[in-house]
Amino acid sequence: MRDQTMKPETKSDVPARRIFLRDVTRGVACAGAAAGAAGLLAATASATAEPAAAPAAPAQAGTPASFPTADYDWTKHRWAFAVDATKCIGCLRCVEACKRENHVALDAHHFRTWVERYAYVDGGEKPLIDSMPDKENIAAAGSETVYRFANKYRDSKVDKAFFVPKLCNHCTHPACVQVCPTGATYKTKDGFVLIDHDYCIGCQYCVQACPYGARFFNHAKGVTDKCTWCYHRVTKGLQPACVEVCPVGARMFSDLNDEESIVSRFIRDNRVQVLKPETGNAPNVYYVGLDKEVS
Amino acid sequence: MDPLFDAAPFTGYVYPNETVIPWSVLIVVYPYLTGLVAGSFTVSSLFHVFGLKQFQPVARFAMLLALCLMVCVPMPLLLHLGRPERAFNAMITPHLTSAFAIFGYAASFYTILLLLENWFVYRTQIVQIATEGRGPLKWICRVVSLGSTDVSAHAMHYDHKWIYVLSIIGIPAALGLHGYVGFVFGSLKSREWWSSDLMPPVFLLSAVISGTALVIVLYVLTSLARKVKIEEACIKGLVYTLWGFLMFALLLEGVEFASLLYRSREGIDVILTYVTGRLVVPFFVLQIGLGSVIPLITLTFLVIRGTRGRALIASAFGSALLVLGAVLMMRWNVVIGGQEIAKTGKGLLTYQPELMGREGLLAAGAVLCMPMILMFIATRIFSPWAEESRPALLRGRPAAA
Repeated sequence: MRDQTMKPETKSDVPARRIFLRDVTRGVACAGAAAGAAGLLAATASATAEPAAAPAAPAQAGTPASFPTADYDWTKHRWAFAVDATKCIGCLRCVEACKRENHVALDAHHFRTWVERYAYVDGGEKPLIDSMPDKENIAAAGSETVYRFANKYRDSKVDKAFFVPKLCNHCTHPACVQVCPTGATYKTKDGFVLIDHDYCIGCQYCVQACPYGARFFNHAKGVTDKCTWCYHRVTKGLQPACVEVCPVGARMFSDLNDEESIVSRFIRDNRVQVLKPETGNAPNVYYVGLDKEVS
Repeated sequence: MDPLFDAAPFTGYVYPNETVIPWSVLIVVYPYLTGLVAGSFTVSSLFHVFGLKQFQPVARFAMLLALCLMVCVPMPLLLHLGRPERAFNAMITPHLTSAFAIFGYAASFYTILLLLENWFVYRTQIVQIATEGRGPLKWICRVVSLGSTDVSAHAMHYDHKWIYVLSIIGIPAALGLHGYVGFVFGSLKSREWWSSDLMPPVFLLSAVISGTALVIVLYVLTSLARKVKIEEACIKGLVYTLWGFLMFALLLEGVEFASLLYRSREGIDVILTYVTGRLVVPFFVLQIGLGSVIPLITLTFLVIRGTRGRALIASAFGSALLVLGAVLMMRWNVVIGGQEIAKTGKGLLTYQPELMGREGLLAAGAVLCMPMILMFIATRIFSPWAEESRPALLRGRPAAA
């Protein structure tokens, strides 16, 4: 799973990753178990408080304070993301890990990554599609701070059902970058589309321009926000949080400059698709297992 | 839940992030204001450039109106920005691939042009206040006159030349500014509702009709308030302008709508659901029916019959009011409508405007009222009417020998 081209794990990285995994797992477990119960608030508070401690771990372990990491050369990488939708089980650990890792607002309306559920039920020609903001899913989670898919098709005849993880496509020709009036959002040499939160004016033109709905408004900062493929982790030799916690390997991330990296092989070994290719954005998230109704 | 945002209710499937509508009613007001600027400037230019004498009674008024509207254009944008204190970033480091990058420059250029042209148009009055006035305004006008106190026939001739030249530059600038606003929407490929090559001309023509309509409404109202005779020839000229441009505006709007439906690209099912459902009242009834077809029929009738007198004025006033409402609805249907149709092509959202708050209906209403308040103040100082050469501030005082 781990990309061979990435910086070899150092001893200091291992406990950092363990702490991160432990925190996320604890957060998910606590919040899920306590949903609807009186102790929910306390559990959620502890879960949300944890990420503040998690990033401190690498620093303690001796990683440089500078960002990106001193030995990271952004001219030598070409990162890409792959999703094997046939593997996704809709557990939403990726969503919760992302929220906590990146301090995304804990509600059902702001996501750097999310998962969509498609279900063809009772002979219907069109799938029923739902995701995190669905009222039944919020009710099933018991709160907007944790994320679950409600077991809503229990009594239906399900002909076909699958999950599709979504995130920013870090396009080669990003429409969001094209329309940004200040240049606060930009494409990096190593393939990321990032936002300078200290320069963004919060006009949300980029939110409108993104055909994938990947951008949202960060109300606390007054600027636009979106998935960074966890740039802060990748430049330290770590995987994006969502990839790290995926229990089934549905999410993959690696450097396309390495022909033997996991995404390079994924693209080579499969007939991959991208979302909305007709927009000309040239996305860099490659999918296997989509359906004609996925957009 | 975080009180910082309101999540929009939805049906079908929408991307989770879409449930917070990015552009509020303020972004409806923004193109409405720029449209009014372009329209009122066009009316003014019909006299100053094209020399159509029937527009003389409202030419100076329309010029001042364009300026009062223009200085308010950035207000809805600044209120909308998440970080308004960084607004100048777009001018300091304009990202030239953005359709919005040159707005700051275009708007600044046009505001300066309007200031200059108004200065030439009202220079004699500025000089009069500077020489005959009292108090701080006298001193302000002294500074504003830039030491140019010559109001001789020769100097006036020179001024008129400048007004002519500035108007000639101003016409493409005004129309360009508004066509450009249409491009901001039309160039986005992410939303089928907006993505159209016809969006700039549709915005442009609706701008001209809204500005003309505003001039008609304000001319009639202020004339009634001032108890002066309304120039029938002027109203007739404005009626012809409104009628002609309304015809083209309606036609282009129809062509744009027809091509959207005829293309029937992905997501057309949801668009049809929207059009035949929630859009029936705001689009078909208010914008097209009440605000466009009825005024068009009325104006056609006025033109064919050669109606005169009070019937002409009343019908023109009524039609202009309806057109003003229709253009506001058009802005609403474009800006809000585009965001209510989900990018998934599989769902619809419902924008629920807040009443209070920075992006609420009250704020939008205040922004819309602001140019009228400025206009009220400006016309207490200067006289925008052709029949009055003395500034309003010095009214009742005998002219200096």
